[in-house]
Amino acid sequence: MKEIYYDNSATTKVDPRVLQEMLPFFQENFGNPNSAHSSGQSALSAIDDAREKIANYLSCETQEIIFTSGATESNNLAIQGIINSLLQTQDNLHIITSKIEHPSVLEVFKTISKKEGIEAGFVEVDSAGVVKLEKLKELIQPNTVLISIMYANNEVGSIQPIREISEIIKVERDRRGEKGLPIYFHVDAVQAFNYLPCQVNWLGVDFLSFSGHKIFGPKGIGGLFAKRGIKFEPLAFGGHQEYSLRPGTLNVPGIVGLGKAVELVADEQEKNIQKIKKIKSKIAGELEKFENVRFNGKGEFQLPNIINVSFQNAEGESILMLLDMDGVAVSTGSACSSGSLEPSHVLTAMGVQPKWAHGSIRISLGKDNTEVEVNTFIKSLTVAIKKLREMAP
Amino acid sequence: MQYSKKLLEYFKNPHNQGKIKDADAVGEAGNIKCGDIMKIYIKVKKNQAGEEIIDDIKFETLGCAAAIAASSSLTDLAKGKTLDSAMKITKQDIVEELGGVPLIKQHCSILAQNALKKAIENYLLVSEKAR
Repeated sequence: MKEIYYDNSATTKVDPRVLQEMLPFFQENFGNPNSAHSSGQSALSAIDDAREKIANYLSCETQEIIFTSGATESNNLAIQGIINSLLQTQDNLHIITSKIEHPSVLEVFKTISKKEGIEAGFVEVDSAGVVKLEKLKELIQPNTVLISIMYANNEVGSIQPIREISEIIKVERDRRGEKGLPIYFHVDAVQAFNYLPCQVNWLGVDFLSFSGHKIFGPKGIGGLFAKRGIKFEPLAFGGHQEYSLRPGTLNVPGIVGLGKAVELVADEQEKNIQKIKKIKSKIAGELEKFENVRFNGKGEFQLPNIINVSFQNAEGESILMLLDMDGVAVSTGSACSSGSLEPSHVLTAMGVQPKWAHGSIRISLGKDNTEVEVNTFIKSLTVAIKKLREMAP
Repeated sequence: MQYSKKLLEYFKNPHNQGKIKDADAVGEAGNIKCGDIMKIYIKVKKNQAGEEIIDDIKFETLGCAAAIAASSSLTDLAKGKTLDSAMKITKQDIVEELGGVPLIKQHCSILAQNALKKAIENYLLVSEKAR
């Protein structure tokens, strides 16, 4: 049985070319890039290479890249780092994010807004899962210092109007003047990184998080773009690596792998998008033929690789399990699959009724998927939905 | 979270799944929060000792793998039992029958237990009235 992997938003398979680049850095060039001897220096030069590849993709300076353990850490570093820095001289800070962020942003906001002197606002989204710009404008206060909005949502793939938001922030920044309170823009670009332009100046962002394992690179490595000159505090202390903002011996094989993965994204983006779009449209066409089905967040504001679809009278986790028995991997936003028994916060924010959220699955494609797989998948899905609907009262 | 092999087998090939057209009673339970719905149909007869037993039982469930497997094992446990002892089937009995259930999924077993209780209560109500 050939496996069909439709869960590329959860993680991706390491590209063989990435793995090849990484391997020498486990045993041959195992040096610590902070050592002055040649073994260390050869590792350092590999780090520099990787940093340059990433800086090229983001159109930023190499000193603006900080390596982390992944996007969760990057998001925490940016958000907590800014707040902890500003709290040294200010109190009563206001921060804004959206209702559909990844938990590594949402939970940070909820946690730090419990602190005295910090208030958080959560901007609404429309039925397609896109932030309402008018609502965002209304939320901005004179003491708003940080806005964190994801580039594209991980569950439904909705693309957020990052450039429009940065325009809104620019207006507010200009209004405050040079001596006024700063207002920063952080973007979690994890899901968008493969498919959307990520030049930081074009986007108008101050911080941007990304991750290795969502772009066919290794797990446990990621990065944060932090615009030069913005002060923020580290989360951990104990070393001068990464300008003391992220102390700890650098994960050399991981960084080398991340660099290669980013280079491949840059080189092959157009080709991959075309291929994935075709597969997506074929799947969507087949899904439309099902009875009592709806798409969550369909349309032009969606990543080319994500389909989120709901079936009435069939529960998402059961669909996932039956597909898995046929070798097809998907994910679900059903309440049954969450520890809290609450349906997906993203679907809920989009106004998707619980009965629809109950039967939702996410199909997230990647560059290794093929058109041939689609028929096998649809056959399995047809059997699964029929079986579950027959079992339902 | 990991499902046991036994649970997955019950999920894949559930026992006693379907409707009983001329059921003596039906019980329904749902979890508003997670959205699962379970329906239990029972057919009751008297055994040689004159006690009322569950002669036939079937289920219909809209829910996750654990909910479907719990429905299946509940019907296995209840079939042939007297109404009294069927009422006493606990969440723990179902969990054991399934070879263990992940903690966050144990409410599915309670759902099955509740649906059966309601079916028996409905049966008792109707037979009371008939008397």
